[in-house]
Amino acid sequence: MSDRTNPMPEADLHAYVDQRLDAARRAEVEAWLAAHPAEAERIAAYRKQNDMLQAMFDPVMDEPLPLQMHPQARRRSFAPLLRYAAMAGWMVLSGVIGWTLHGADAGKPAPMLAMARQAAVAHVVYTPEVLHPVEVGADQEAHLVKWLSKRLGAAVKPPHLRDVGYELVGGRLLPGNQGPTAQFMYQDTRGQRLTLYLSNKAADKGETAFRYAQEGKIGVFYWIDNGMGYALSGEMEKPALLRVANAVYQGLNP
Amino acid sequence: MDGLIAEHVPRLRRYARALTGDRTRADDLVQDTLERAWNKLHQWRRGSDIRAWMFSIMHNVFVNQIRQHQAATVALDDEALEVPVRATQTDGLEMRDLAAAIARLPVEYREVILLVGLEQLGYEEAAQVLGIPLGTVMSRLSRGRERLRALMAGATTPALRRVK
Repeated sequence: MSDRTNPMPEADLHAYVDQRLDAARRAEVEAWLAAHPAEAERIAAYRKQNDMLQAMFDPVMDEPLPLQMHPQARRRSFAPLLRYAAMAGWMVLSGVIGWTLHGADAGKPAPMLAMARQAAVAHVVYTPEVLHPVEVGADQEAHLVKWLSKRLGAAVKPPHLRDVGYELVGGRLLPGNQGPTAQFMYQDTRGQRLTLYLSNKAADKGETAFRYAQEGKIGVFYWIDNGMGYALSGEMEKPALLRVANAVYQGLNP
Repeated sequence: MDGLIAEHVPRLRRYARALTGDRTRADDLVQDTLERAWNKLHQWRRGSDIRAWMFSIMHNVFVNQIRQHQAATVALDDEALEVPVRATQTDGLEMRDLAAAIARLPVEYREVILLVGLEQLGYEEAAQVLGIPLGTVMSRLSRGRERLRALMAGATTPALRRVK
């Protein structure tokens, strides 16, 4: 493979393929390849392997998560059936929504799903907090509303969920992918917590139906209403969470 | 902590899809990996790379699955490589050929090529994930890429030695 008078270590050639060489060494490898056309062809083929692998499998990252992705949510005996049914359902659902939402842009990643993920992460980060679950408590609700509305650049207001058993704890400002986002936290009498995540920069404008995703043990309902993205996260069964999601929606659209 | 794991699910799914070549098998593999990860989270050392940790769990699950279903594996010898792969012109066909070629690579090569080329792990990181020495990563990478190239080109397979 390499010529005897002027060998190039195979490891360096692979490091070149994987773009792990510093500029100086890269230049040396390139000069060597220029003088060894057969080797250059081989290395170009390896680079193309990487490119094709990424082109072929990167889109998997943007596929909606199967409902049963979390193992502890599954029941051993009929879990596979449930899981496949859920996956099939997702494929149909996301196909339909993807088509209506994106139209010609159907191939692009779903920013709403990214928002749902962020909401789920924010949920698991802040709901276990005992001392500082929120930045501004419900006792200063007027201040909370004014502050978050100003930072998000849109009127935001926590809906009241007493009818479904949840009291507002307060809220906080969070960094999102496209700027500031907000999180309102609620709690029931047993201490079970829910969070409502709001993003003013939800990329899909317009109205959408509720969508559901599961991140770990956390269920997330997410939707867009009047240009604002909402994600309601909770560690509870889907029907119970849906009931709250409906109450949130009605609270926002009295 | 839950979020730490959840954050890596899309990447695990990408790797699993490439590794198994099958959507259902891949998501099953992810599912089993997550189950292990949740149960073993206390063993993960805080501050160490959780992504590498999760990929190594997936590697172990995958290898165990293969041991349990020997039929699904491709032996390290070259008997399975006799069917020539069609040489093609367009990208679409090349993609399909790539998928077919990946599926026919011995698992040891496939894992290294995917961890490095698709997941863009460093060589040391790949060694850590697979629990093998760095030198073995490099030799598998070298042989695997050449094998893949041969499969893609539809060339007759060069005589290769058994991988240690």
